[in-house]
Amino acid sequence: MITIKNLHASIGDKEILKGINLEINAGEIHAIMGPNGSGKSTLASVLAGREDYEVTQGEVIFNGKNLLDLAAEDRAREGLFLAFQYPVEIPGVSNINFLKTALNEIRAYHGQEEMPAKDFLALVKEKQKLVELDGKLTNRSVNEGFSGGEKKRNEIFQMAMLNPKLAVLDETDSGLDIDALRIVATGVNALKSKDNAFVVITHYQRLLDYIVPDFVHILYNGKIVRSGGKELALELEAKGYDEIKKQFESLEK
Amino acid sequence: MIAEKSNTAQLIIDKISSSAEKVNFIDNDRLSKALLYLENKGIPNNRHEDYKYCNIDGIFKKEFKNIEQKLNVVSDVAQYKLKDALTLVVVNGNYSESLSDKLILKGLHLTAFSNLDKEEKKLIGSLANVESDAFIALNTAFSGAGFHLKIADNEQLQIPIHILYVSSANSEALVNPRNVIELGKNAEATIIEEQICIGTGKVFTNFLSEKFVGENAKLTSYTFQNEGANGFSVNTNQVTIARYGKYDNTTVTLSGSLVRNNHNVVLAAQNCEAHLNGLFTTKSNQLVDNHTLMDHQMPNCESNELYKGIITDKSTGVFNGKIYVRKDAQKTNAYQSSKNILLSDDATINTKPQLEIYADDVKCSHGTSTGKIDEVAVFYLNARGIGRESAKKLLLNAFAQEVINKIEVDELKDKILNLFENEL
Repeated sequence: MITIKNLHASIGDKEILKGINLEINAGEIHAIMGPNGSGKSTLASVLAGREDYEVTQGEVIFNGKNLLDLAAEDRAREGLFLAFQYPVEIPGVSNINFLKTALNEIRAYHGQEEMPAKDFLALVKEKQKLVELDGKLTNRSVNEGFSGGEKKRNEIFQMAMLNPKLAVLDETDSGLDIDALRIVATGVNALKSKDNAFVVITHYQRLLDYIVPDFVHILYNGKIVRSGGKELALELEAKGYDEIKKQFESLEK
Repeated sequence: MIAEKSNTAQLIIDKISSSAEKVNFIDNDRLSKALLYLENKGIPNNRHEDYKYCNIDGIFKKEFKNIEQKLNVVSDVAQYKLKDALTLVVVNGNYSESLSDKLILKGLHLTAFSNLDKEEKKLIGSLANVESDAFIALNTAFSGAGFHLKIADNEQLQIPIHILYVSSANSEALVNPRNVIELGKNAEATIIEEQICIGTGKVFTNFLSEKFVGENAKLTSYTFQNEGANGFSVNTNQVTIARYGKYDNTTVTLSGSLVRNNHNVVLAAQNCEAHLNGLFTTKSNQLVDNHTLMDHQMPNCESNELYKGIITDKSTGVFNGKIYVRKDAQKTNAYQSSKNILLSDDATINTKPQLEIYADDVKCSHGTSTGKIDEVAVFYLNARGIGRESAKKLLLNAFAQEVINKIEVDELKDKILNLFENEL
């Protein structure tokens, strides 16, 4: 589904991603773990097309297309979804209007007609149930006045509505209590299919109890330094990041 | 500051005097005062403090070198009418009975200025002092054949009155529409004033309205300005509110080469309330200048202002909001807010709150913010598949909603919303 080859990216003069290689196939869930500042969120942002970052080397092939050549909106239209670590509040734009615009622009990109209002509302109803999002919230302005947990659930709700091929969840678990975590995970598991894939970026093993990854990658200092199965996350949880740090700092010397 | 005198006023007087009808509803004494004031003070340029960002003398010199007053006859305004409103039509400053709807509403009286009796005529000009502003003087000297609209005591009009000011000329022209609107005790009315410019020539509209909101009366007023490139206007509203009275105005300006609004509200008695809201969009070289004055004269009154501007290309927006709290106006509650979005590097906004407070137990505050479009929000929308243009539209629409939502006449609101979206 997506192949990331030797991806380097900088912000200003600072190189943050220093050669990421990753291959993700349909039906897989990949977890990316790593200490603060290792480049996890940068990777998510670069994939989504945030312009603050400059890609200096490497390529990303997403469903046969060169992802890095596409504008952020076209990446989304091709089926890439980023669940934001910090969802943005947009006063005055209702959730419903926002989603309707998004859904129809994606459909237009694929040469499809606008979704009839009736079908759209039925879809909203179905998907908001999935993440136990209060109907009142869907009528409010995007994320405005939402609690931390509501914002994250709203991200998963949007993901459910847009039905992406590849979803990148950027620390969706941060700031969530255990109930919200369960709801988010239930949503992801319900959406998981043999045709889509997920990248779950997280600090902690906790989320991975609910969303069980096929692969776990450890990102450190802009590179994937280890990959393994779900047991790698447990190992990391037990030993902490310090050990990894020590190991690789000595290697780099 | 003493404004430097130019001969513009004299040239205007000379040019339009020949074609103008004699104003027969304002006494000669006041007419000559108006002319004298104009001759002495001239048309204000940017050295005049109140017109610092709005050099109208310069605009006259550049755009109205050759005022010929070739005014057009307008015979059909059907396309501009609102379905559920009573329409009054003013063409080039003069009330047109034939284009206007029949007045069938109970409690509503319309009288042409010239048909008012001697006592009633005294209302005209009682709020608009000819020696306070050049455009009041200019309007007074050459007032169009306006009308006095009265809503009788205790009457609540069930449908809005839509006053359509149409200007149409085939050459450079100056028109001076004028009205007096009076709400009696406990009366309620919604009045929509819309300005359009439909001819091939440039028209300078110098509008003047005096509005009296009676005791415990409620006037909801909307001003919709969409005059296009040929439209230049100065619009003066002089409002006075009596005890327990309430005045709400929402002004939406979507186009016009020059739009200067002087909205002066006197909270003249206890417990009255005034709200002024404004939304303007400017582009190319347009200039929209909203000047407001809330004059709190008595205790326990409340005023609130919210002005929002979207400024692009090389255009300029101005908001100057003066709040005057007089010595007797204790327990005044006055708030003012101006928010603006600049969409280009060459766009300019000048925003200035002016609070003059002479009472000691008042709540007065103001806030202003100016920024560009929120790129973080744009990216968020992009990341959901929404293209840059749609994202911008969504965000600007959201910005404008706060003002547009104040419009309680659905038909007008929808019309403005549609036109607003097309402007983006």
